Amino acid sequence: MKEAEKRTKGFAYKARRLLTNNAVSILFVVIGVLGLRVSGLSLPFFFEDIVNRLARNSFMVLSLIIPVMAGLGLNFAIVLGAMAGQAAIIVVTHWKLGGIGGILLSTMLAFPLAVLLGIMTGRLLNRARGKEMITTLILGFFSNGIYQLVFLLLVGSVIPMKNDVLVLSSGVGLRTSIDLTGGLKNGLDDLLRVPFPLCAVLVGVILLLVTVIRLFVKKETHPKSRLIGWGVLGLALLGWGAFHVYTRSMFNFVRVPVSTFLIVLGLCYFITFFTRTKLGQDMRTVGQDRHIAEVAGIDSDRVRIIAMVMSTVLASMGQIIFLQNLGTFSTYGSHEQAGMFAIAALLIGGASVAKATIGQALLGTLLFHTMFIVSPLAGRTLFGDAQLGEFFRAFVAYGIIGLSLALHSWKKQMQAREEARKSE
Amino acid sequence: MQNGSDKQKTASFFDPIQRVIRSFGLPRIIIILFLLSLWVAAAFLSIPFPALLSDTFIRLGMNTVLTLSMLPAILVGTGLFFGLPLGIICGLLGGVMSIELNLKGLTAFFAAIGFSIPLATLVGYGYGLLLNKVKGSEMTVGTYVGFAFVSLMSFGWVTLPFKNPEMAWAIGKGIRVTVSLEGRFSNVLNKLWAFEVYGIRFPTGAIVFLGFLCFLMWLFLRTRTGLSLQECGMNPKFAKASGIDVDRMRIVGTIMSTILGAIGILAYAQGFGFLQLYEAPMYMGFIAAAAILIGGATLKTAKISHVLIGTFLFQGILVVALPVANTVATLGSLAEISRIIVSNGIILYALAQKGGNE
Repeated sequence: MKEAEKRTKGFAYKARRLLTNNAVSILFVVIGVLGLRVSGLSLPFFFEDIVNRLARNSFMVLSLIIPVMAGLGLNFAIVLGAMAGQAAIIVVTHWKLGGIGGILLSTMLAFPLAVLLGIMTGRLLNRARGKEMITTLILGFFSNGIYQLVFLLLVGSVIPMKNDVLVLSSGVGLRTSIDLTGGLKNGLDDLLRVPFPLCAVLVGVILLLVTVIRLFVKKETHPKSRLIGWGVLGLALLGWGAFHVYTRSMFNFVRVPVSTFLIVLGLCYFITFFTRTKLGQDMRTVGQDRHIAEVAGIDSDRVRIIAMVMSTVLASMGQIIFLQNLGTFSTYGSHEQAGMFAIAALLIGGASVAKATIGQALLGTLLFHTMFIVSPLAGRTLFGDAQLGEFFRAFVAYGIIGLSLALHSWKKQMQAREEARKSE
Repeated sequence: MQNGSDKQKTASFFDPIQRVIRSFGLPRIIIILFLLSLWVAAAFLSIPFPALLSDTFIRLGMNTVLTLSMLPAILVGTGLFFGLPLGIICGLLGGVMSIELNLKGLTAFFAAIGFSIPLATLVGYGYGLLLNKVKGSEMTVGTYVGFAFVSLMSFGWVTLPFKNPEMAWAIGKGIRVTVSLEGRFSNVLNKLWAFEVYGIRFPTGAIVFLGFLCFLMWLFLRTRTGLSLQECGMNPKFAKASGIDVDRMRIVGTIMSTILGAIGILAYAQGFGFLQLYEAPMYMGFIAAAAILIGGATLKTAKISHVLIGTFLFQGILVVALPVANTVATLGSLAEISRIIVSNGIILYALAQKGGNE
């Protein structure tokens, strides 16, 4: 009797913790589902959009994880990485290169620039300790000015560039939007595209295989319920996919850019691997307590710079993936919101200033973009005005960042007060 | 370069020079030189100097109150007031109400201020409560609370029941993105007692208005409340020990900044001739912050003189940059670009200074 009571208490406690810890994500699942109902979108159409958007933005959101680990908070300066990527894309487009070769070349071109920008950002942040986030935020605005200076004024006047398609008719400065059609557009995505149901079948099979191997060959028993859960999910995907392949439903027109998802998967694997290396562990230590790190002989300044360099380089690749998927971009605007949207997505996934995981990044991207797709449509159905839905979208993006920053700071203040009370 | 000189404190030949530069601030030297070179360029390009100076005075009248709104926040220790859009929106609401009531001239202007002050007090109080919960991250939180409030108010501009057709879209509902103040309170302060010497128009009313607000601020900082407010910023622990309610003072400072933001945008709008709604207030906080920093303030210290000098230098650059850039080549965007680089550069510089860590 007592035992049972304890267990129910334990369960209630667990449930409550699950709810409070994931309140933000749960709220957005609700908003997303309601919005989807109200917007009246058909499911295949929605899937097509969301799959595309996941391929587009996941990499960028994942690039935020490493600085969080190193205690630098949310890196608004991934805007700099995005600029490096965008600059490389402009160069490659100018050379009229396209396809996967063009993508690789632009990644290579962006790399040294991103490393340099990352080092500079890291050094700046070492001077602005305790004010990292506001500094990266302002740095993003500042570098946007430099970017405009280069591409609006110097190109054509100081930097020689002749290109009727890219450069304004006055011969100075780039046009405000650049079309990548026939060039880099879908250079990575088109490498391997698979219909959505078939994709589900494949993923389902892989999940099932892994579960079976771990259960029966390796005989892992530790988190058994979780393993079985994955197996069930795999089976469900397999069944669902097979049904739709067989019935040739609308879902078959949704073609998943598998190549891009493989790259994203590779990054996930890299981040997991990296956290286990010596450098990754050092980063964790610096993030948790700089003084302990110094005592342990870790050069925290250096580690922080490395974290910024990694984040900036990843962001430059992220922007290249983003733009090749989108196929067209606003020369002076696309990078600007990259940082804010990525951060909002990460936070919606349940991450905080001090902790962010791969799962949170991917879930956040999914939820954020669901909201992105449905809110203008929902706004039109509910208020008769799509504009209102867009205002709502902006409000949520800004609001979620503000709220999460405020909650984090408040929690820290309460902890400090608690400690002060204890020591007294 | 900077890193090395901070870490190893070896004596060197350049030390005295560095000390001078540091005390005056390298960016301030650069900015003054930039302004001087722009003036020289303007002279060579025979751009009429009196017109430039007139414009600078008008811009000074428009922007100084917004810059002044940074002062109480810095002094009370909440850093740069990036929550400025909150105050600005209160001011804009006041302006819209005054048009709705069909007021004109100076009455409209002061009625707008009258409407916005209670709103700003309320918003500032709430914002102050929030800032007390997030000590140490006021600027980051403030920036996003400001952004969020701007997008929330975008709802408001569409849905609030204002009826005056002057402000409405021809089709659809809601208030226009920019509301013209022609025939309302456009230029009411600029024209008040204005006179002209050697082709330089002096907007006496606007300058007197900002002078009066600066004087009030000067007076306030010498009162008992004003002194304890400054104590909170300088040394919160000491302030607490000497019986000052630090949290309350921080709220007082925040309310003052919010009110000044509201008055500031109205002073700005009367010079500009339009109320800019929707997303326009979003980045205004950074411009005001940059101005006071250019004037010599830091994240922890500021004076009224910093407000005046800073606004003059910053606006001076913006006024001259445009015609100079337009004459040299068709580089119309140079003014906008230099605004972005200068304003954010100076904020970055202030953030990267030692000390001021929470």
